[in-house]
Amino acid sequence: MEAIINLAYIAAAILFIFGIKMLGKADTAKRGNLISAWGMGLAIVVTCINPDFGNKFLWIALAFIIGGGIGAFSAKKVAMTGMPEMVALFNGVGGLSSVLVGWAEYVRVFSAAHPDAPDLAAVSPEGTLTTADLAPHFSAFTMSVIFLAVFIGAVTFTGSIYAWGKLSGKLGGSAKTFPGQKAFNALLLLLTVGCGVLFPIFPDGQTGLLLLSLATLGSLLLGIFGVMPIGGGDMPVVISLLNSLSGLAAAAAGFVIVNNVLIVAGCLVGCSGLILTVIMCKAMNRTLTNVLFSGFGSTQSNQQVEGEMKPMTVDDAYYVLESARNVVFVPGYGMAVAQAQHVVKELAELLEENGAEVRFAIHPVAGRMPGHMNVLLAEADVPYEQLCEMDQVNPTMELVDVAIVIGANDVVNPAAADDPSSPIYGMPIINVHQARTVFALKRGKGAGFSGLVNTLFFRDNTRMIYGDAKATIAGLVSQFKDK
Amino acid sequence: MHELLLLLFIFTLAAFLGFELISKVPSQLHTPLMSGSNAISGITIVGAIVAMLENPVGSIAFWVGFAAMVLAAINVVGGYIVTDRMLGMFKKKDKPAAKA
Repeated sequence: MEAIINLAYIAAAILFIFGIKMLGKADTAKRGNLISAWGMGLAIVVTCINPDFGNKFLWIALAFIIGGGIGAFSAKKVAMTGMPEMVALFNGVGGLSSVLVGWAEYVRVFSAAHPDAPDLAAVSPEGTLTTADLAPHFSAFTMSVIFLAVFIGAVTFTGSIYAWGKLSGKLGGSAKTFPGQKAFNALLLLLTVGCGVLFPIFPDGQTGLLLLSLATLGSLLLGIFGVMPIGGGDMPVVISLLNSLSGLAAAAAGFVIVNNVLIVAGCLVGCSGLILTVIMCKAMNRTLTNVLFSGFGSTQSNQQVEGEMKPMTVDDAYYVLESARNVVFVPGYGMAVAQAQHVVKELAELLEENGAEVRFAIHPVAGRMPGHMNVLLAEADVPYEQLCEMDQVNPTMELVDVAIVIGANDVVNPAAADDPSSPIYGMPIINVHQARTVFALKRGKGAGFSGLVNTLFFRDNTRMIYGDAKATIAGLVSQFKDK
Repeated sequence: MHELLLLLFIFTLAAFLGFELISKVPSQLHTPLMSGSNAISGITIVGAIVAMLENPVGSIAFWVGFAAMVLAAINVVGGYIVTDRMLGMFKKKDKPAAKA
């Protein structure tokens, strides 16, 4: 029986490998997701092949139905604009689950070592058994990996929940820093890892229980304080890093229960998340360390810019657009907030009917998660051929009549290209400032998430259209329809 | 000790495999790849089932396993459905484009 179960785990691992590989290619992605779901189903079913399953079937089914029901309901109900929050939440519960798997194994070993103790609290401080007796139960290896599963899982959990709070606006999106934050975080990490080192040495009795509890608490706090100094615009990096961590937590849980399928699947997720993280960092020309620890975006720059912002009305914008032959939309987080993707698509269609070439230029870190803008525009049915990556659009930017920037800011800030003193200097941007005319749709005159003044807004060829992006675009749409 | 080494061996190989698997992902697929792999990280559900099977009903470890199972199930079921929904949107618009 053992052999069959393990063979099935190998099959499940192969399905995961093919699933992830196919997820990375446009025409096979949907099938890849299904294949990996089959792998998951197989792994779950064979795990249930166990003499004890009969007695516990109801409980296991109940837990699956509760969790699966919540998951299915929220996955079906969530709007595409709420996707970053949803991914963050799923990440978080996955991390917490790994924490609990670690704890469950610890409690099991603990109870086995103290068969007489009615509950954990009744165990004497020194433990009731001698170290020699304990050796087979509390193996240092198992205790170490329990700590790792708890540590990584807990950081993933609170980090994701905090990220969710930032994304949904409940905690304020900007970076939060306080004096001595780095020292505080370093101390927290040191204490947590310290507990983790001591725990396998003194795993038993109240000492062990206390050490693992403190390690858990420390990890939970680390997740919160780790994400706190990271600004909203850096969320694509944070989300993909947390995704990677949730995989590593699962792999650590695999070491705890000595299960290959957890190790392989968790490790694959850890790697793919890490690759995405690196892609995101490159798109900002920053290192991961810089994203995580610099408190980027919490400082206000006192940069002076010459020129002034020139506002424009929707009516005037219409006349410019009407004669435009080449239009590029540059969407950013503001489009997601205003939920403007459907009207944007409508405007794009009208412009095409009017004889203009329409494209969408998408910066890799536009929005709050990797690929955020692609998802929104796909929801609005924008044809795939119109979605262009930064490198495709930039060489043709001088031929563009109108570039419409919808709630994007730092990804179109020319300071990144020509101002060596700017904190974002060196970050690849979409060169909208080279277009003949730029419309910048913006709610107010404030700076972007990074707190930087966007020199684009002060350029001669830029016109500001203030107000809600959705209302502005809808205004343009009705102008086109009326005339 | 043998078993431990074997586990580490598997982990190392899987890490190399993971890095080789996804070389260049089009940015369109970044979100689905993330949420799809997120669903896979719900594999910890196997650990939760093991915890429920290995511990008697009513013991603390059993209930901790039960909670882990509920959470992992949210991750697994929700993750796969949401990814499928997203990829469905990508598919939908390819068809009219193909006709044109």
